[in-house]
Amino acid sequence: MKKILLTAAAILAIVVATEAQQAAPANSEITTLHVQGNVYMLQGAGGNVAVQVGDMGVVVVDTGLAQNADKLIAAIRKLSDKPIQYIINTHVHADHTGGNDAVRRAGVTITGANVAGNLTDATQGAQIIAHENVLNRMSAPTGQTASAPFGAWPTITYVTGQNELYFNDEPIEARWQPAAHTDGDSLVIFRRSDVVATGDIFVTTSYPFIDLERGGSIQGEIDALNNILDIAIPKHEEEGGTYIIPGHGRICDEFDVLEFRDMVTIIRDRIQNGIKKGMTLDQIKAAGWTKDYDARWSAKQGFGTADNFVTAVYKSLTVPAKKQ
Amino acid sequence: MRSVFLLGILSGIVYAQSAGAIAPSPGVDLSGNWAPLLHEDFPERIPGPELVNFAGLPVNDAARAFALSWDASRLTLPEHQCQVHVASYIYRGPLQLRIWEERDPQSQRVIAIRQYIQNYEQNRTIWMDGRPHPPEGAVHTWMGFSTGKWEGNILTVYTTHMKDGWVRRNGLPVSDQATLIEHFIRHGNIFTHVSIVTDPNYLTEPLIKTQDFNLIIPEGQNWVYPCSPVVEIQRPRGAVPHYLPGENPFLHEFADKFKIPLEAALGGAETMYPEYQTKLKAAAAKR
Repeated sequence: MKKILLTAAAILAIVVATEAQQAAPANSEITTLHVQGNVYMLQGAGGNVAVQVGDMGVVVVDTGLAQNADKLIAAIRKLSDKPIQYIINTHVHADHTGGNDAVRRAGVTITGANVAGNLTDATQGAQIIAHENVLNRMSAPTGQTASAPFGAWPTITYVTGQNELYFNDEPIEARWQPAAHTDGDSLVIFRRSDVVATGDIFVTTSYPFIDLERGGSIQGEIDALNNILDIAIPKHEEEGGTYIIPGHGRICDEFDVLEFRDMVTIIRDRIQNGIKKGMTLDQIKAAGWTKDYDARWSAKQGFGTADNFVTAVYKSLTVPAKKQ
Repeated sequence: MRSVFLLGILSGIVYAQSAGAIAPSPGVDLSGNWAPLLHEDFPERIPGPELVNFAGLPVNDAARAFALSWDASRLTLPEHQCQVHVASYIYRGPLQLRIWEERDPQSQRVIAIRQYIQNYEQNRTIWMDGRPHPPEGAVHTWMGFSTGKWEGNILTVYTTHMKDGWVRRNGLPVSDQATLIEHFIRHGNIFTHVSIVTDPNYLTEPLIKTQDFNLIIPEGQNWVYPCSPVVEIQRPRGAVPHYLPGENPFLHEFADKFKIPLEAALGGAETMYPEYQTKLKAAAAKR
């Protein structure tokens, strides 16, 4: 009986988590914007999607919500009829990985003839690259229910540092950002196009969502934002140069990330100071220390509200981080 | 010969129709080299505003809280050193301004009015060809995306997609969701620039400012603004200078110096209007 209850609770938790992620806004139409070089930003599938196109094929960074996958694939096909060979996931949430299975099946893996000859399904579907913690959170041990279907799971994972790929005459890095938005965040860096896809480490639509349940932390979030600032180089007077594709919202450059980093750091400092003075979470919330940023950054509902952000920062600063 | 003649007439009709798609210029030309006349709001524009002088601006509580947290040392961070005044503010500074028209080579209609602003070496384009503003997801820039039209002899410009900036350079912010309406009004060798900033996040009502410019001969001025950031102060990685809530050491400085109530120094729409002087005098009389 206890086992049944635990299983039911686990399934419920997965369902709640999945639905919560899917509550992220999804527009009905996909908007395509050229960012720079070979890279485009597609909006409207859930989280932002970055697409790199070239003679060799297509790389897709994140795949939106599952229900928008067909529209996403159609939008990608308008950019290129070359094979989708790689998907890179910036993190595990369903508004960024929900379309994995469908986009993977729309793609192909190029293999040597001897491999394809022996393994008839070896060429079916694109490869999915992500940090190993993304795979761990999408899959489950034998006998347990996974949070995502098998076809959506990453097929190439890395455990530390970065994953490197050279595709369409361009070096592409997926660089792990430990314990930031989640415990499996990657910055995806297109080094020739000079574009960085950040996943939800950086968004322009709300406060950051620090997913403590999935290994995120405020210090990791700030570290990751500082890493983006280290990577980005503006072209002229703190404008242009390296372009940034946020997890949600508009195309940005270094200065936009800078303003966001400043905000997150300042609010962290305020809350940390309150904790040092012995204030409770409720007292800190009542102090209104995000008043200067709320109108611009607090989501009306969902993950990016001021209340959620302050709670996450407080807990992240007071509860020891989970071991990764 | 007859067919050539007809083709010529038809071409003329097509040209006339396509040319009509663009609003014609009224004969006013803003082209030239200009420099600001700095008599208006001089103390704020050239020496620079006093800290915690927010008076005369329609700022809300959020803007006030932002500015009270703002520490000028933030501008020493390398990424902040070369940050530009946004289009809604840049004309208030000392600068040289060059304006010229870009014309369609065939129709000679004005496609755009271009500006080079010496301060921070900014290039600004005001599109006059009726094109739409970019989608929400497009990048924001210091100068934003501008479209213009002639309203009589006044050039009216609408700008979106600007970056974060400020309405006064002592920390009072303007957000990246602000929009700007401008009027360029020429009177011979002078033109008046009117800017109307609307910001849903930090202003309770539109902020209207005017600046005058004088036609100049482009000799002897500085037309460049190179900026290369360097580490000026060694700090821990990621440190952001700011004042914690209630700890701004300059809160009373401006108010005490000019013997005005702190409430007036903290600004707000009410402090923009002449009636506020009466209110202040009445309050002072009671004390």
